[in-house]
Amino acid sequence: MSELQFRDPRLARSMAATLDRLVRDTGRKVAVMHVCGSHEQAIAKYGLRSLFPKSLEVIMGPGCPVCVTDVPEVDESVLIAAQGARIATFGDMLKVPGSVKSLADAQASGAKIDIVYSPQQAVEIARSTKEEVVLFATGFETTAVATAAVILDDPPPNFSVLSVHKYIPPVMEIIAEMPESRIEGFLAAGHAATITGSEVFEPFVKRHNIPVVIAGFEPNDIMAGLVELVDLIRAKTPRVVNMFPRCVTREGNLEAQKQLWRVFRPMGGRWRGIAHVPNGNLRLRDEFAHLDARKRFPIDLTSLWDYAPPALAGQCICGDIMAGIRNPNDCRLFNRECVPENPVGACMVSNEGTCKIWHLYGGVPDLEASA
Amino acid sequence: MSAILLPFTGGRVTLKQGGGGRAMRALIERLFVRDFATMPFDGVGVDAMDDGAAIRIGDDWLVITTDSHVIHPIVFPGGDIGRLSISGTVNDLAMMGATRVLGLTCSIILEEGFSLDSLEAIQRSMIATCREANAPVVTGDTKVMGRGEIDGLVINTCGIGLTRTLVRDNGLHTGDRIIVTGNIAEHGLAVMAARHGIEFEGDLVSDVAPMNGMIDSILSDPDLADAVTAMKDPTRGGVASALHEMASKSNVGIVLEERALPMTDAVRSVGELLGIDPLHVANEGKALLGVRADAVDRILARLREHPLGRNATVIGVCGEERRGSIILDTGFGRRLLAEPEGEPLPRIC
Repeated sequence: MSELQFRDPRLARSMAATLDRLVRDTGRKVAVMHVCGSHEQAIAKYGLRSLFPKSLEVIMGPGCPVCVTDVPEVDESVLIAAQGARIATFGDMLKVPGSVKSLADAQASGAKIDIVYSPQQAVEIARSTKEEVVLFATGFETTAVATAAVILDDPPPNFSVLSVHKYIPPVMEIIAEMPESRIEGFLAAGHAATITGSEVFEPFVKRHNIPVVIAGFEPNDIMAGLVELVDLIRAKTPRVVNMFPRCVTREGNLEAQKQLWRVFRPMGGRWRGIAHVPNGNLRLRDEFAHLDARKRFPIDLTSLWDYAPPALAGQCICGDIMAGIRNPNDCRLFNRECVPENPVGACMVSNEGTCKIWHLYGGVPDLEASA
Repeated sequence: MSAILLPFTGGRVTLKQGGGGRAMRALIERLFVRDFATMPFDGVGVDAMDDGAAIRIGDDWLVITTDSHVIHPIVFPGGDIGRLSISGTVNDLAMMGATRVLGLTCSIILEEGFSLDSLEAIQRSMIATCREANAPVVTGDTKVMGRGEIDGLVINTCGIGLTRTLVRDNGLHTGDRIIVTGNIAEHGLAVMAARHGIEFEGDLVSDVAPMNGMIDSILSDPDLADAVTAMKDPTRGGVASALHEMASKSNVGIVLEERALPMTDAVRSVGELLGIDPLHVANEGKALLGVRADAVDRILARLREHPLGRNATVIGVCGEERRGSIILDTGFGRRLLAEPEGEPLPRIC
């Protein structure tokens, strides 16, 4: 495909027709899941949902790192900020509610928060001050690689990392094993796969007999990925197919993987609203304990437990949305009490959250395609 | 979508409430319209929330509008606060059909220490724009405030005009076509580039201009004037905000063809780079016209004869589906266009 063809609507329509035929061939409703906010962005922005066949459900899974950051993890950052350290983090994290406060609340009561666009920027802030600077590091393996790089690059002594990085492949296992899961195939994120390579999904496919297709982010990347995925489902030939070969190789970026696993070890932990995910969290290895904010600052989460959670939070269905069981329109708070300016759940905070994306792009992506 | 409840007690005004989107509309409705609209008044008043007011005088309508200008920076590619303050008010009059301006007022509030050279340059720019629009400034007022009490200068202009063909923003019917008179999003992005010192390949120049001449070429022709059902200039909040207002006041749905939207390559790529939808970005020299389908070709031809209307084109059609909403046809599929909460950028006009 040439550059232009990635956005050629005629090509998209012809792929939509193929998709329709393939879904019909299965003789049933088919549900597939993508695990990436950027995929949802493109689907919503270009109105692709109205092109999908009615019997194909394309669900956004836990593909928003901000959204799956668990409440106690936000609490940890708030408690460290309260001790006077400067917290450097990505903009979206500011508004994510903890059990009592968000970082934005902490900032309003005097905590020092710096918005950064890369881990490197946090190191630069640390070099320019004598204060303790803590990088509150969120994101999947793509961002974790950037954090690993600054950790291996001799950061100054007043710099440390509060890692809440998450690792995608294990959560796919959890979703595949959920008893209510209807997911028959996964669309994997092209940018993450440039790091991990396509082979990282091979054990998953063997274990669960569910196909995985790696796709890029232009509208026709997604259409082509779905055609391939539904074809694998129809033919009952589950395997990994790389539909983003202009960036992704089978083995991935070996140098980046080496740095990633040298700095981090996988550890079990809760993903907000989903479940405990074995090996789903990335924590610093002991060799880097001196850079681990959890070792440097006393963190007493029980000090927050006297406070009741906000009443509305109890009605938030972010967890079900991320697990693909329900969608934002099923939530009684969506676009009423819960809006980007005043989010109840994390899915309305992040630009990669399903609720925020649906809010931005009109909220009701159920229109018929034009003739 | 339900309106956002404003936490009034103890709350503070936010920049977003001046951004031309939903937040601003909610503030104005709650604070001003509700009480001001209780006084008896024959004509188009504050509760219509149109571009201006219209007062009946015999067979004519006296149209009156006012606008304060607080742009930063005061000089930007394609214009300055002087040109903007005249164009903005002349355009608001024109959007209601008052294309021949009787007079303008001009109030200036200056900060102590403001450069007299800059002031003179702004004044020259105002005069030049007045000549272009054939709109005389007939009275004014000047105040100076202490250093730090105001940022540079604020210009308020008020305009009056007479018209027999009053055009509103709520007259769209099923089947009407939506015309935009030229390339969109140029003002907002040019100001942003100037403010942040961002340099882009290609030209990002504000479209700020008085449009009353172009609009007059339509409205002064009775055959064409009758076919114009609604007008609005898509300033803050951009085309998205203006169309939402027109659709909701007219109780029609509008299907917007994303690929028909005229824009320069510079606007397209800068928008994509910064993640800003050109539909949400302000224009200061563009109009949206609702026109009856049978007259659309003649009106387009007339608009294109005018230098400001060379790129005029049809971008949408009104229908019964999803009344009050905008359906965006992306070429791939269709989705609803969200009404922007506010401009992505404060203080742009």
